Order: sequence, then C-alpha cells, then structure tokens
Amino acid sequence: MATIEDYGTYETAWCPGCGNFSILKAVKQALVARGLESHEVLFVSGIGQAAKAPHYLNANVFNGLHGRSLPVATGAKLANPSLTVIVESGDGCNYGEGGNHFLAAIRRNIDVTVLVHNNQVYGLTKGQASPTSSEGFVTKAQPEGVLSEPFNPIAVAVAMHASFVARGFSGLIDHLSGLIQEAIAHHGFSLVDILQPCVSFNKVNTYAWYKKRCYPLPESYDPTDWEAAMKVAQEWGDRIPIGIIYTTQRPALEDRLGRGTLVGQDVDRTMLKKIMEAYK
Amino acid sequence: MATNRAGSDPTVGEPLAGSRSRRDKPLPYVASKDVLNILIGGEAGQGLVTIGQMLAKVLVRSGYFIVVTQSYQSRIRGGHNTFAIRVGADEIAAPQEPIDVLVALNAETVTLHRDELLPGGLVVADESSEVSCDLCLKVPYKTFSTNRYSNVAALGVLGALLGLDEGLIVQTLDELFGKKDSDVAKENQRVLAESFRWAAEQPSPVKKLVRVSNPPDRLMMGGNDAIALGALSAGVKFYSFYPMTPSTGVALNLAAQAKKMRLVVEQAEDEIAAINMAIGASFAGAPSMVATSGGGFALMVEGVSLAGMTETPVVIVVGQRPAPATGLPTRTEQADLEFVLHSGHGEFPRAIFAPGTVEECFHLTRRAFELAERYQGPMFVLTDQFIADSYRAVAPFDVERLPAVRAGSQQTEIATPYRRYAITDSGVSPRMLPGLTRHLVVVDSDEHTEDGHLTEDLPVRKQMVEKRLRKLAGIRAEVVAPHADGDEQADMLLVSWGSTKGAVAEAAARMRSEGERVATLHFSQVWPVVPEQFMARLQAARDVVCIEGNATAQLARLIRRETGFEIKKRVLRYDGLPITPEFILRELNV
Repeated sequence: MATIEDYGTYETAWCPGCGNFSILKAVKQALVARGLESHEVLFVSGIGQAAKAPHYLNANVFNGLHGRSLPVATGAKLANPSLTVIVESGDGCNYGEGGNHFLAAIRRNIDVTVLVHNNQVYGLTKGQASPTSSEGFVTKAQPEGVLSEPFNPIAVAVAMHASFVARGFSGLIDHLSGLIQEAIAHHGFSLVDILQPCVSFNKVNTYAWYKKRCYPLPESYDPTDWEAAMKVAQEWGDRIPIGIIYTTQRPALEDRLGRGTLVGQDVDRTMLKKIMEAYK
Repeated sequence: MATNRAGSDPTVGEPLAGSRSRRDKPLPYVASKDVLNILIGGEAGQGLVTIGQMLAKVLVRSGYFIVVTQSYQSRIRGGHNTFAIRVGADEIAAPQEPIDVLVALNAETVTLHRDELLPGGLVVADESSEVSCDLCLKVPYKTFSTNRYSNVAALGVLGALLGLDEGLIVQTLDELFGKKDSDVAKENQRVLAESFRWAAEQPSPVKKLVRVSNPPDRLMMGGNDAIALGALSAGVKFYSFYPMTPSTGVALNLAAQAKKMRLVVEQAEDEIAAINMAIGASFAGAPSMVATSGGGFALMVEGVSLAGMTETPVVIVVGQRPAPATGLPTRTEQADLEFVLHSGHGEFPRAIFAPGTVEECFHLTRRAFELAERYQGPMFVLTDQFIADSYRAVAPFDVERLPAVRAGSQQTEIATPYRRYAITDSGVSPRMLPGLTRHLVVVDSDEHTEDGHLTEDLPVRKQMVEKRLRKLAGIRAEVVAPHADGDEQADMLLVSWGSTKGAVAEAAARMRSEGERVATLHFSQVWPVVPEQFMARLQAARDVVCIEGNATAQLARLIRRETGFEIKKRVLRYDGLPITPEFILRELNV
C-alpha cells in the first residue's frame, strides 16, 4: 500500500502562497486513498506552472507540449489501458491551446482524469488573460480589459454529456481530494476544474474571492440529473457551486474498441499473410 | 546528343525546362510491341476507377506487370479523371505518355487526349458518342444492359481486345461483386460474356498481349497499400490520422485490418492530435505511425520536435502533393524534402526514406519502424500522390518470417533509480515503458536531466544536446546507399530520388539503346546523406543531371550542402503530373 511519503517531496518552482501546493497535496492524498502505487500512474501535463505539478511527485510523467496533454494521454491510455492516466495542466493548456482536444476527449469518453488548475490567468508567461478570465480583466496584454466572454468549461462539458464533471477549490483540500478520488474511480472521461488563486498575477480572483463564493452542492443534489446540472453549470459570480455537478455512465472508448493492451503484442503473421494474399 | 539547349548554358539553379505541357512536343516514339498503354478517361462518378481497378486486377492475375497512373481532380462528380494502365509481360517500372487504347467514358476524354494517341491507337467509346476518331471502336453499351452494368461491359470489351482469358475475368468479377447479390452476379456474368463476344468479333488494330503461361502469384498493390502492409509487418499497433489526400489510403487499409491485427486506428480531431496521440501511444509501448500530406504535416511539426526531445519513436509518412497551402490536392509533386528535413524547431537526429517503388514502400516503412525504435525518434517516409496511387504487380512479401519491432528496452538489468535519459556513448538510453515495471519513466519536452525532470542547468543542457545528436552517427551507419546503375565513367549521370526511380531508369535505358553512355543514381533514403557512398559516381560522370518533381531542385541543393558538389543541370517538373521517361527525354532534348 502506498503512503504519502512514497509519493516523495520535491522542491518546486512555485510562488509562496500558490494554490498549486494545496492541489498537489490533494492529488497525493487521493492517490493514496485509491491505493495506487507510483508506477501504476501516468501523469500527462502540458506547459505552465500547473503542468509542473507531476514533476513534484513520484509517478510516470509525460510533460509534453502546451495544450497537447489530452492527445498524448489518449494515445497512452489506448496503448496500455491498465495505466491510471491523469492529465494535469492549467486553464490555458486545457481550454485555450488544447480546446479542440478537450471537446474531442469528451466525445471519446476516454478513461482519463483531467485536473485543470483554473486560476483564470496565464501565470508562467507572466499575467496574460486566459480563456476563463473574467470579462474586463485588465492585464498588460489586455490593457482595455478582456473583451470576450469567458469560457465556461463546466457548461460545455455538461452540454456534451461528459461522463463526470466536477468543480473544486484549492482552498478546500479535503473536499478537493474527495473529488479527485471520485474522478479517478469513475470509468470514463472525468473533469475536475479546480479553482485556485494566482498570488502573483491575478489580483481579482484571489483566495478570499473564491472562499467567499464557493459553496459545496447540497447532499440532496442529484448529479445524474442532466437538466439540473445544466442549470448549475450556469451558476457563476456571487455563488460558485463546487462538487460533482454531473455524472453518467457511458462506455469508454477503449472498452468499445476492446483491443486490450497494445504493448508487447506479437504480430499475427498467419493473419498478416491472409491479409497480404487478398491483394492477389 | 545535346544536353543543353542550343546556344545557352544553364545558369546555376535554372532548370532545363519547367512545366511544359506534355502535348507541346510530340515525341517520335516507337511503340514497344510488348507493352500497351491503356488510358480510361471520364468524369468523376462514371466508374472509371472501378473499370480500371478490375482490369488491373485481371492483368496482374494473368501474369502481367503493370504501372498504373491515377489522375483525378478534387471533386466527387464531374470534371475529368483518368486511370492509365501500362501493361507488359516483362517488368516495367515507369508510366508512359503515348496511348495505345483510349477508353473514353465521355467525349471530353477524346478531345483532351487525342494528341497523345499513338499512330494506330484505338479509341473505345459508346456508339452514341459523337466523338470523331481515326480508329474508333463504337461500343453498343445499351444493348448489353442498363447503365449500371456499363463498367462490366467495358471490362468485357477490353478483355477481348487485349486477348485476356474470359474465365479469369469472370472469376475476378465474382469476387469483387458476386457476394453482394446473386442476381447482380448473374447479370455481371451475362453482360461480360456478351460484351466480350461482341468485341472479339470486331476488327481491332490493338495487338493482343502475349499470353503468360503459368502466371506466378503477384499482388496488385499501390504505394499506400504497401506502406500499410509494411507497417503491419513491422508491428504497428497504433495509427492516428486526419484524412488528407493522397495519404488517406494508408488509414483505410489499416482501419480495415485493425480488429484482425489488433491495433488501434483512430481518426483524430486534427493533425496536431494525431501526432501527439501517436507519441503518447509510442511512449507507452505501442509502435506508432501517422500518415499525412504537406499541409497536415505542417500541423504536426511541433510534434516532430516533441518526439526528438522526448526521444520517442514514431514513424511519419508524408505523401507529397503540389503546395504551397492547399495547392493541387490530388496531384503529385516532390517539393517537401527540405520541409521534412528541417521540420521541428531545434536540433535532433532523423532519417528520411523516399521509396522508389511499391516494394520499397513496404521495406522502407519496416525500416523506418526499426530505426524509430533503435534511435528513439521520428523517422520519415516520403511518398507522393503518383506512387501512393500507382498499382503494380508485386511479388509477395515474406511476411511470415519478417520480424516485428519490439518497443522498449529488453534489458533486464536496469540501474535504480531509472534514468530515462542516461548518458551513453551512442546517445541511446535504455527505454523503459511506464507501468510495466516498478521503474518510473519521466519524460519532458523541456530540457531535462538524465532522470527526465525539467532543468534549466546550462551545462546539463549542453550534454543533452550532444547526447541526442550522437545518435545521428548510428543512423548514418545504417543508411540505405543510393542505387547506382550503369558505367561509373558515364557521359551522363541521372540523379533522382523517390517515386521517379522507374521513369529515370527507363529514360536511361532508352538513351543507352541509342548508344549513349548513361548511368543513374537513385536515392531511396535522402537523409542522412553519406557522400562516400556516391561521390565517386558524381565526379566520374561527364554531365550530371538532377531530375526532380519540384521547382527548386531540392535534392541537388541538399547534395551541394553536404558535399560541395554542384549539380548544375536539372530536369524539373512542377505542373502536378508525374515524371515520365518521355518528359525526361524531351527536357534533355533527346
């Protein structure tokens, strides 16, 4: 049985007070609670401060290109379905650069868990707006304030019947860890959009700002009720619901393909000869 | 024989000729008695590909060699498309321009190709057609059956004209269409018998093909088919793609076999996803491939760099077509050599294959998989629309014995903690696969330390650059040497790469038959370039000519870059059509 210590401790590149620290803790907690050992897990990340998180624990890691975690994760999962594959990156990676892949992964219902560190800003590149920045958010790159409506990942995911959609907050570690556990346990595409402050570059959506607004969905809320989820997905502003917003059962792509693992498989040369002879 | 135009000396970079239409200069041509060139033309949707494929199939089964040239437009109906089959009892490797039999499914075909007909060439058209031709066979298609069966009737007519075995045609038809419906099968047979009999009774100037006794088993395959088969043979387990002409055929082949051969074929949302999926799958231990064309490859380029940096094996097939941008989607060109060579920001080793035949498509795809795994990086196969779509009669491959590639290091002793990028003399580090053992595999697109974690340490950076580049020596040691033919002391040396191999060889053979001392040098691997393998030939020849399907002589430039040797004379084609022996001979003013 793995312990938190097995997951290691690493020096990070994060600013003191960054929400990433809490999220990292919640992730480790969740992995331990799920009884997962380091070598059983593959983290796939992109580029950004959030994407560095997988480097700060003991696991298999593919830290790839900005926005391209989901395709890599999809390929890896299809190759070896026994891996627990977790995509961990920021809002820029997942909703901006990787927007098309976000939609496609939901459609496929590939069994990966997607943890999005959503701090509503681009931290690593020093403060430009992200797809989830509020309208009017002022940055050096958007001196007139953001002129587009923010991307609502929860609404899009629910509208597409993504099979597990949740929102968490880095300030509520145990709650978040619970969500991550459920997301990993869920068989199919699981999204956990994790609100977090960026102490260096987002002076609007601060820890206090989120703390005031985030509220856990009540026990009575039924996340299998799609229409209710669509309503909850629109809720943003003074009140921000956190918890499992929608979940359903849909077969995962790898199950529908039924290939099993692609690794270490021989070539069926007898079959190949038959295939070749069909060209005669 | 003049090698430059009278009075002018080509300046550096100036081609001898550009995109001159093939109809401008009719070539005095002696029809080979043993080779026939049949061109089927019509609108898209008329079934010319069906007729062509059926006829090609029968010809291969009859024991003939074929070279098919498919020419089509970027549309589903209308326009003008052609399916040409050059056929002979002896081995042929090149397309041919002059036509012996022009099968016109519409009148426009005759108008467009009239000038390419050989003296004594026959036009086969519907009797209601208003075409005027010197030698016409007007076929009463309507009397055989409804429109639906006109393809079969055309096949019957051609079969009789060429002297093919009727039973063999029936057998082939049954296989292709019989299963659908026994009524259809019966009607097919009836129409075939009637049209065959009718044609056999008509006077025809077409000399029947020499019968091949005991025809050996050969496969009718085009470049895309061979690439797919080569990949399967090499052990491909993951293939991701976005449809793009002329490479979609690779995907269709693999998709059809995916369940049987236990691989995953996934159509991606875009080419960026396709290459990243393949890299992810390969990282996890599934040999992976993608195939696309220039425009799709453009989107994959960042992924190429990712494969180089993470040292992940991946095979990338680029089927070239005229560019820039969308270009001529359904035509052929060889203008992406430099693009593929330089693709991916940063410096890392690669190999680029450029098969010259359909057989080479099979073998070099296998080789690409081997190198990808051995040197842990991106390896390329460059084809083009011509060869992708060019059916040939190919000897069966020894698929039962050819070994597959195994992903990951087979080493049993791995130092702990495992370092994915352990520095070695060869530059190749043992590659463990995630999840299969307790070793943790960490890879990063950022610069990284030996253990795979992100680093900004500059001396480590320098070490890693050198480690990655050391792999090039290994790749270089395994280069497929260019194929040289003819005297080393040649008056003229024709240099080429990729799908033009057959056309160049035939042009050279024809010049030799006129007493010229001509040699050829063909590159089926264009990177790395190993001068020791071919410099003697370049230096010994009196004149060297580079023959390429592009406007800027990319191979010539690459040879100059790597060796200092300047090939001043060029035969370049960039009008979207394949290079033919006639084109070469015209441009050389022979």
